[in-house]
Amino acid sequence: MGKKVALTGNEAAAHAIRQINPDVIAAFPITPSTPIPQTVAQFIADGEMDTELVTVESEHSAMSACIGAAAAGGRVMTATSANGYALMWEMLYIASGMRLPIVMAVVARALSSPLNIHGDHSDIMGGRDTGWIQLISENSQEAYDNIIQAVKIAENKNVMTPALVAQDGFNTSHTIEIWELEEDKKVKEFIGEYQPLYPMLNTDEPVTHGAWAPPNWYFEHKMNQLRGLLDAKDVVEKVGKEFGDVFGRHYGLYETYKLDDAEYVIVAAGSVCGTTKDVIDTLRENGVKAGLLKIRLFRPFPYKELADTLQSAKAIAVLDRVSPAGAQGGPLFTEIRSALYDTQTRAPIVNYTYGLGGRDTQPRHINSVFETLKRIVETGKVEKQFDCLNLRGEWR
Amino acid sequence: MAEKLLNWDEVLIGGTIKDPGNSKQYETGSWRVERPVWNPDTCIQCMFCWVYCPDSAIKVDENGKMAGIDYTFCKGCGICVEQCPSKPKSLKMILESQAKGKTEEELRKEVFSSEK
Repeated sequence: MGKKVALTGNEAAAHAIRQINPDVIAAFPITPSTPIPQTVAQFIADGEMDTELVTVESEHSAMSACIGAAAAGGRVMTATSANGYALMWEMLYIASGMRLPIVMAVVARALSSPLNIHGDHSDIMGGRDTGWIQLISENSQEAYDNIIQAVKIAENKNVMTPALVAQDGFNTSHTIEIWELEEDKKVKEFIGEYQPLYPMLNTDEPVTHGAWAPPNWYFEHKMNQLRGLLDAKDVVEKVGKEFGDVFGRHYGLYETYKLDDAEYVIVAAGSVCGTTKDVIDTLRENGVKAGLLKIRLFRPFPYKELADTLQSAKAIAVLDRVSPAGAQGGPLFTEIRSALYDTQTRAPIVNYTYGLGGRDTQPRHINSVFETLKRIVETGKVEKQFDCLNLRGEWR
Repeated sequence: MAEKLLNWDEVLIGGTIKDPGNSKQYETGSWRVERPVWNPDTCIQCMFCWVYCPDSAIKVDENGKMAGIDYTFCKGCGICVEQCPSKPKSLKMILESQAKGKTEEELRKEVFSSEK
């Protein structure tokens, strides 16, 4: 049996990494993810892990070292945040293009400037098209569970694609929550031994990794890579079920909360979902049919499955913890809205940016979103397709 | 260079290459704008050119001695000329246009005659 522990999200990630005990970790500290490699370094120093920890001079080097170690045939992990993740950007494409199943814990944080070390989704959303699998966690338990599952998903022979597991900076990473730490042995059994496909260190069968592909080859390789990423969807579902069968917590592509008969629906990802669930409970007590669609798997985006869950909604609000940066809305909004175009519903759908740079999102803010959805249904009019939550001054 | 162009669902995962050494199928000599010309008369057989050549385009004979340039692969980067320590240098760069239609022997005479 696992045991209940009271630890932070960062410690949850570190414990998952300790139990996975990868061959190599190359990492560079950056707030708010620093406690992950720091705690892991302590585990190694205490002899609880035998991972080779490579302390590098930058996140670009961290991901580069991870790529080298993974090409050599190792099980490889790392952790980062914000500008560190951004500095990895070039190497993220190389990891996914080389089909190396690296697993990375990302503690999502705002990108400068202005300089800000607090939580939002600017980093992971900026890297959404790097070809990585992206799983977003609501709380410490999910951060822990998702990292364990990510190893099995990424290393699946049909997938062989790197995966990141995000948790919200500070809201989750530095908050002590009670969650279930499973037994080391059971976690090790669940993930199994890693069997690399073409390890460079196998000198009996020499291979070349990271070679050049001219115009008559590159396109085919990129589409072969896309197939692997898309195939991750079914594997995420399968591993989520297997995980539930072993540990009692089942996971799917997404989570619904009181969504079946919901008329007013919020779509969101990350720690704000906890607050939203709380608000929904209160609204339900007052007879308001409110519900939540929580995004778990953001890449590959399970657009069909997500759209299917939204068919009964009368009005939908999508919350993005990132600036739309000149698009019609935030990335979650544009993808959800696009997914709905092929379906029957023509429910009005609006977008909110919230929580930038660690701005608090409280129950009253979520409540105001449901109030707006109710007004949209009552009047049949969308006054603002895009708005901000808890911003000083009205956005116009 | 006959290579079979595979479809997207036939290529090996991650652009991995399982048949090492296949760069031999790729003739990079056509990239050249300039070429090194070798003078065996002043060459001291230090093999620096062979060590430094990034394309293994320095030919070596059965006795392990420098035997000329492999123009099928030489990209004309000039590193061999830069490294050549003999005085005068035993390798010199010339434009491909200057080399056109001439044998190696003719070029040697043309390039190195003033240094005899």
